[in-house]
Amino acid sequence: MSTLASEKKKSSSRNGRAAPELIFGDLWEYDPSPETADPKLKSRYELFINGEFVAPKSGKYFDSINPANELKLAEIALAGAADVEAAYQAAQNAFDKTWSKLAGRERAKYLFRIARLLQDRAREFAVAETLDGGKPIKESRDFDVPMAAAHFFYHAGWADKLEYVAPGARVAPLGVVGQVIPWNFPLLMLAWKIAPALAMGNCVVLKPAETTSITCLKLAEIIRDAGLPPGVVNFVTGAGEVGAAVMAHPLAAKVAFTGSTEVGKIIMRSLAGSGKKMTMELGGKAANIVFDDAPLDQAVEGIVNGIFFNQGHVCCAGSRLLVHEPVADQVIAKLKNRIRVLRVGDPIDKNTDIGAINSKEQLRKITELVDSGVKEGAEIFQPACRLPTKGFYFRPTIFSDVTMSHRIAREEIFGPVLSILTFRTVDEAIEKANNTAYGLSAGVWTDKGSRILKMSTELKAGVVWANTYNKFDPTSPFGGYKESGFGREGGRQGLLDYGKLA
Amino acid sequence: MNRLTITKTPKPYVGGAFIRSESGRTFSLHDAAGNFFANIPQCTRKDLRNAVEAAAKAGPGWAKRTPYNRGQILYRLGEMLEARRREMIDSMVLFGCDKNRATKGMEISIDRLIYYAGWADKYEQVLGSVNPVAAPYFNFTVTEPMGVVGLIAPDRPPLLPLISLLAPAIVSGNTVVALASEHMPYPAILFGEMLATSDLPGGVVNILTGFRKELVPTFATHTHLRAIVAAVNADDRKALALGAAESVKRTRFLDAAETDWFADSAQNLYAIRDTLEFKTTWHPVGA
Repeated sequence: MSTLASEKKKSSSRNGRAAPELIFGDLWEYDPSPETADPKLKSRYELFINGEFVAPKSGKYFDSINPANELKLAEIALAGAADVEAAYQAAQNAFDKTWSKLAGRERAKYLFRIARLLQDRAREFAVAETLDGGKPIKESRDFDVPMAAAHFFYHAGWADKLEYVAPGARVAPLGVVGQVIPWNFPLLMLAWKIAPALAMGNCVVLKPAETTSITCLKLAEIIRDAGLPPGVVNFVTGAGEVGAAVMAHPLAAKVAFTGSTEVGKIIMRSLAGSGKKMTMELGGKAANIVFDDAPLDQAVEGIVNGIFFNQGHVCCAGSRLLVHEPVADQVIAKLKNRIRVLRVGDPIDKNTDIGAINSKEQLRKITELVDSGVKEGAEIFQPACRLPTKGFYFRPTIFSDVTMSHRIAREEIFGPVLSILTFRTVDEAIEKANNTAYGLSAGVWTDKGSRILKMSTELKAGVVWANTYNKFDPTSPFGGYKESGFGREGGRQGLLDYGKLA
Repeated sequence: MNRLTITKTPKPYVGGAFIRSESGRTFSLHDAAGNFFANIPQCTRKDLRNAVEAAAKAGPGWAKRTPYNRGQILYRLGEMLEARRREMIDSMVLFGCDKNRATKGMEISIDRLIYYAGWADKYEQVLGSVNPVAAPYFNFTVTEPMGVVGLIAPDRPPLLPLISLLAPAIVSGNTVVALASEHMPYPAILFGEMLATSDLPGGVVNILTGFRKELVPTFATHTHLRAIVAAVNADDRKALALGAAESVKRTRFLDAAETDWFADSAQNLYAIRDTLEFKTTWHPVGA
């Protein structure tokens, strides 16, 4: 039986043939292929303060559920102000008595150890990450966990080479750094935050997102096993109030936040006049720009990766596709074909492309914005895939006929929803791409090297991907322009944001 | 019989022109001896908005100049100051600055411009990088100017801190809206005349005269100002930081009391970095 059927389309490819459609539909049922490694979860996770797992002073816990089936995974300690205070005291004490006195090469060794221990337990962490957050196992296994280990390994090597971070100046650590991270890349964001902070000689109080605390507290086991001096790294868990307490604590010399622009602004307001250093890694509404000379099949893969990677829970997601008019119909047709065969479902299944939406709350937000897109007149396309009955899922969604004024073209959806706009000229592409309050990232697809560099120069975004999308590396600084935040993470530039010039 | 001298109407330099406040308001300025000197425009938030517009218009062109060209223009600005240094020193002494200190401050101001002029085509080589990513990409990080920078220098001395903060901002292609010293605005006005003859395109530097308490709130909230560099008191810091939160504006606050503007430490590469963004590009390597 043929799996290829030519689709009668008004758009046709350059050689005159219509884009063939792959029909998988109900031809084959895939057997489940779950990853079976043991995530070694505990039934209850405590706070990690001063090198020990301690119960919250209030004695309160909250449930962490698996968004793929809504079943409870574990209980997580709910920190209160007193716990945050204890964490800061421990961190300050560690900074004053041990960490700041330790030679850089010794700090380096601890970070190398953490990287190695994480590599040892990579599969276990990947499974835990997928169960807790809903991302496909292939992503947590092949991206989140190895990249987290890579961040520790990269920054470890900096710890004894800090005199090269800021040529012509001497750098010194800031002291205790307060960090709050989001739920989309729980372990990776944690690595992005603590590896450079520790390499520079700071101590850390970090709060993971309330829906994804487990891999953070599992990393605490590694930190303990690595023999890191008590208090150098402290984890407090809970929701927004705990985060606010972490950000506002008087002992925090610097705060680093990754999350929404809305919350970033609240933090900036609350810290106004405090003199604390800040790094803000906030929202985005990235343009992924496809020119008519781009390798279109490759571009379609990049568009899919750009918006459906991690269910679109990515601050730098390519959520606005700007496609050159001559190839717009063709690209949209190819894109529809492609997303028809995306496998949405159980994140722990090794064949799953799109896993579970992280929380009920996030699913509600996505649904609300998608409804607005329909109401405002954009044309919606969703493949007819079956979704599991339990858990939080959303079909991959593309909107065509989107205009710049639509909410789905302006607001960060943080879900698997792509808004497609078209352009005719390079200038129009630049104008549309930059016409947003955000400026985190952008993608450019073209065969022309000079155009890549021209676009990269003109786009007001901190990261520009050419003929690729959603690539990350510890050596590569990441961070935004405009309302996508300030400061960088990764590379020499990001490291300096954790130090001061002495 | 003595000839009656022609007195100058001091006007701030905005958008490449010498302006009066749109409000028509002025405040009278007296010299250190208490003699009437002139009426100074008391600029309003509308003047500030106009200045930001001028700066925004000048920005892309200035940023696109070659670093070599920007370096030469800053050097040329140094030439203009050198040629009129006596006049500038006199203007500072007239308003009560110590003569030796004014002379030294002027010399350092000129040297500081030359220092930053020399950085124009070098800072990128030190601050940017090629990043050895673990994938087949040529990955590089370059700097870009932030855009329009709001600058509030300390009130005293009237010139050296202004130049110390302004030069590192414009050398990378930022454009600036600055507030002149409230108590000694005349040197900044004179500086505007030097800017006008220095090949610096109009709108790159805009200097307003007026009252801090009137203008700080607009500096704080104007969304087209992408960064604020300010040496101000704690209250103004808080006001500027609160306003900055609304549009995630970058803020750099300096402690005027703790900064020795006369020292070499008041000039460095990292003052340029303060008003730069980093942009990282992933360029594929392959056929």
